[in-house]
Amino acid sequence: MSTRGFTGRRPPEATRERLPPGQYLTADFPVLQIGPNPRIDLDAWRFTLRAGSRPLKIWTWDEFNALPRTRWGGDIHCVTKWSKFDTAWEGVGIDDLLADAGVAAPTAFALAEGYDDYTTNVPFADLTGDRAMVATHYDGAPIEPDHGGPARLLVPHLYFWKSAKWLKGLRFTQKDEGGFWEMRGYHMYGDPWREQRFTGD
Amino acid sequence: MKPLPWLDATIVGIGQVIPRVKCFRLAVTLDRPALAGQHVDIRLTAPDGYQAQRSYSIASAPSPDGIVELMVEGLPEGEVSGFFDGVAEVGDTVALRGPIGGAFVWRPEDGGPLLLIGGGSGVVPLLAMLRHRAIAAPDVPVLLVYSVREAAEAIARDELDRRRRDEPGFDWILNLTGEGGRRIDAALIGQALERLGRPRHTFICGANPFVNTAADLLVDAGLAPGTIRTERFGG
Repeated sequence: MSTRGFTGRRPPEATRERLPPGQYLTADFPVLQIGPNPRIDLDAWRFTLRAGSRPLKIWTWDEFNALPRTRWGGDIHCVTKWSKFDTAWEGVGIDDLLADAGVAAPTAFALAEGYDDYTTNVPFADLTGDRAMVATHYDGAPIEPDHGGPARLLVPHLYFWKSAKWLKGLRFTQKDEGGFWEMRGYHMYGDPWREQRFTGD
Repeated sequence: MKPLPWLDATIVGIGQVIPRVKCFRLAVTLDRPALAGQHVDIRLTAPDGYQAQRSYSIASAPSPDGIVELMVEGLPEGEVSGFFDGVAEVGDTVALRGPIGGAFVWRPEDGGPLLLIGGGSGVVPLLAMLRHRAIAAPDVPVLLVYSVREAAEAIARDELDRRRRDEPGFDWILNLTGEGGRRIDAALIGQALERLGRPRHTFICGANPFVNTAADLLVDAGLAPGTIRTERFGG
């Protein structure tokens, strides 16, 4: 049933084709986070890959930045309905991280962990094969703290809450464990093209 | 958690809050209780099936009365807010999904002291917390710091003054940023902390630069980051 008097402002066809259901295009880069920006000293920054509680490998900032670089450009989609087109990111691919650690993924599930104690779950299959990276640069410059710098997860084919800001590590888990938002009613997977915003979508 | 269905919500009341903001009272039967600070998604459908969705904070206290109050700023470019501002009438029905969000919420058992910091229309979810506290936990000390350009832009000013008069433990500071005023700063935060004491929980809502400034000042003042929750709008 339609809403009386609502006609809408349809974006051009070329824009509509790139917008997942329920999304609108913005030129801004809105900031969403649960609390203050954490204060991160690059000398003390560490990135830790864990299997459960067991560390597999820990990188310092310098070690992390010596890893092979990867780039990705494209559209990102936030569950709060905005989408942003043609974003450009650079960082370290998850495949390259595992190769440097000399390990294969020990389980099929991962939990991304932020310096603000935020967590979010992503199946490992969605992190591998050039589908995700730990990004350090946005649009050619180091990522600003507001957008998750010095390093954030980037999983652009899922809603952006999966791309945890201020990333401090990835933890492999035995089963698919929900993170911060997933425990609060948001979808365990979060595919924008299937509009998986909330549990049961 | 169970799936979150789209519900019919019928507008049963419209009021002008300040020149640019209207409040809408929606009759809707939520299938789960709301928490103060949560929001809802609103979806509008055009005759050809085209849809637009936006999120709005709930202004009303959680209540079993089947009424949810939203406040909508009439933005000229806003696809959904423009409908609310210029088209919506009592009796119209929109699709509503919610309540949503579990981070920016205050429950009576969370206690206080409670520090609420709002900028502009960012006061709306804080208003829900104040309204809820008055009913469910009137002993919790609470201070609202509300920053707007000029006094006429302060949402619910009369209500806040009335609450200050009638409710022991509630106080509010109106900060004006327009001509002759000042942006939120360390002195204002210091004044707030002195008046309230050390907050157990802090909620900050407004435009991103405002929220960043307030959150950084509170961390500088020694508050644990984990006790500060933020909600931001704008790019």
